[in-house]
Amino acid sequence: MKSSSSTRNLLQRLGFGAMTLMTLATVAPIVAVVIYILSKGGSAISWEFLTGFPHDGMRAGGILPAIVGTLYLTLGTALFSVPLGVAAAIYLAEYAPDNKWTRLIRIAIINLAGIPSVVYGLFGLGLFVIFLNFGTSILAASLTLSIMTLPVIISTSEEALRAVPQAFRTVSISVGATRWQTIRRIVLKEALPGILTGVILGLERAAGETAPILFTGAAFFLPRLPNSPFDATMAVPYHLFVISTQVPEMPIQIQYGTALVLLIFVLGMNLTATVIRSRARAKRQW
Amino acid sequence: MNKIIIDSLSLQYSDGTESLRNVSMAIPANQITVLFGPAGGGKSTLLRCLNRLNDLTEVRASKGKILLDGENILDPKTDVIALRRRVGMVFARPVVLPLSIRGNLTYGLELAGETRRSRLDEAVERSLHLAAIWDEVKDRLDEPAVALSGGQQQRVCLARVLALQPEVVLLDEPTSGLDPISTGKVEAALQELKKDYSIILVPHSVQQAARTADHAAFFLQGELVEFRPGQEIFTNPKDKRTEDYVTGRFG
Repeated sequence: MKSSSSTRNLLQRLGFGAMTLMTLATVAPIVAVVIYILSKGGSAISWEFLTGFPHDGMRAGGILPAIVGTLYLTLGTALFSVPLGVAAAIYLAEYAPDNKWTRLIRIAIINLAGIPSVVYGLFGLGLFVIFLNFGTSILAASLTLSIMTLPVIISTSEEALRAVPQAFRTVSISVGATRWQTIRRIVLKEALPGILTGVILGLERAAGETAPILFTGAAFFLPRLPNSPFDATMAVPYHLFVISTQVPEMPIQIQYGTALVLLIFVLGMNLTATVIRSRARAKRQW
Repeated sequence: MNKIIIDSLSLQYSDGTESLRNVSMAIPANQITVLFGPAGGGKSTLLRCLNRLNDLTEVRASKGKILLDGENILDPKTDVIALRRRVGMVFARPVVLPLSIRGNLTYGLELAGETRRSRLDEAVERSLHLAAIWDEVKDRLDEPAVALSGGQQQRVCLARVLALQPEVVLLDEPTSGLDPISTGKVEAALQELKKDYSIILVPHSVQQAARTADHAAFFLQGELVEFRPGQEIFTNPKDKRTEDYVTGRFG
């Protein structure tokens, strides 16, 4: 009896130990990447680097046009994908009947999420750049990124809407609210933190992508900031690709500095989403 | 005087389960009419027909009429929003909206287009008095309603209905989750309310039915078995099935 219980104890400890190790193994790469980039690129970060234009064939100076370009692209993506995605989620969660047609829409959305980003890039080139004649521009790139971001926004928003208790809807309607009033005044308000989280995670992905903007809006080098949605733009991820592969004798410090900026941008958005989510959870009344 | 007349009402859910079978009854104004019987008898379904909340569920077939002051509310042309303001509903589980106490009470009025602060404040105070909870919440009207106890929340739910000054108040087992003291408060409030409102109550026990009823209807498997004024149904039931139920032989 005694020996078997101590064996079980040992097995249990081994099991927990193994799981702890595996958890650490998943966290380790993230920490390693951050530390590595930070140690190699940290010294490049300076006020001039963040606010200056590149010069000497991008081997010196700052990356301001790329930072501004990425901000424009992210905002442009938000402009198209947020209203469309949230509206689609409201339709799917609140109005859509459960039939073949709705199931087809859902399958389409799931598949949209699985398409490789370079395919989006080619699609955007065909549709927005050439067919709609937007040219290689912020507009075309934002639209391309929007399509890529939509499935993330739709599915997280739909989930957030569905998490709002059904009883709220019944009660609201029972005191004379229409369905839309119920959604606008109660459901959306309660689902907002969840929707925001999804939006930020979607945009974060868009901000870090290179392939979709490669043919649709990214410029190799611009001596000025873009001043219209029809201008092409530099962008941090594409700039990183360019200075890592296309420019000979590139100072390694600038490469890692650029990577660090991109990392901070993306992790910062991620952190914002996490803060919103945990705050809302603490405040939630159901 | 009859407030509501139900005329041969039958109803089936789309999954085929029959919920009401040829129910006819006249519900008097300014009285407490109690609908009681074992679960699945169709009481809740009937309540949900009276303010057309059944529209939210899949209902396959409904026959018959429900006349509210002589008008058939099952008519597709009925303005259901207006109907729901005239016929309010309190549910079994207290569900306060994720708003302040005040916000819960003014919600329906604001939707109805009332914007005057004085009117809203007046409605808040009046309805909280009627629901016998004013003294407990008057100093914390702007706090989240969810912070209240279950019994208080249920009275806020009652007040939320009363704020709209409906004509009929439907209550679906409003005290099933409440302690005896809160239950007593709700029942006492109902006795006051019947002066101005017609009340239809699905009680959570035969005892509560007997305590509160001015008129009582016994429902069994979608059928109205017996409907009698006053306490007769509890002391001298005519139907054998009613007798078995009120004497505790089943249910």
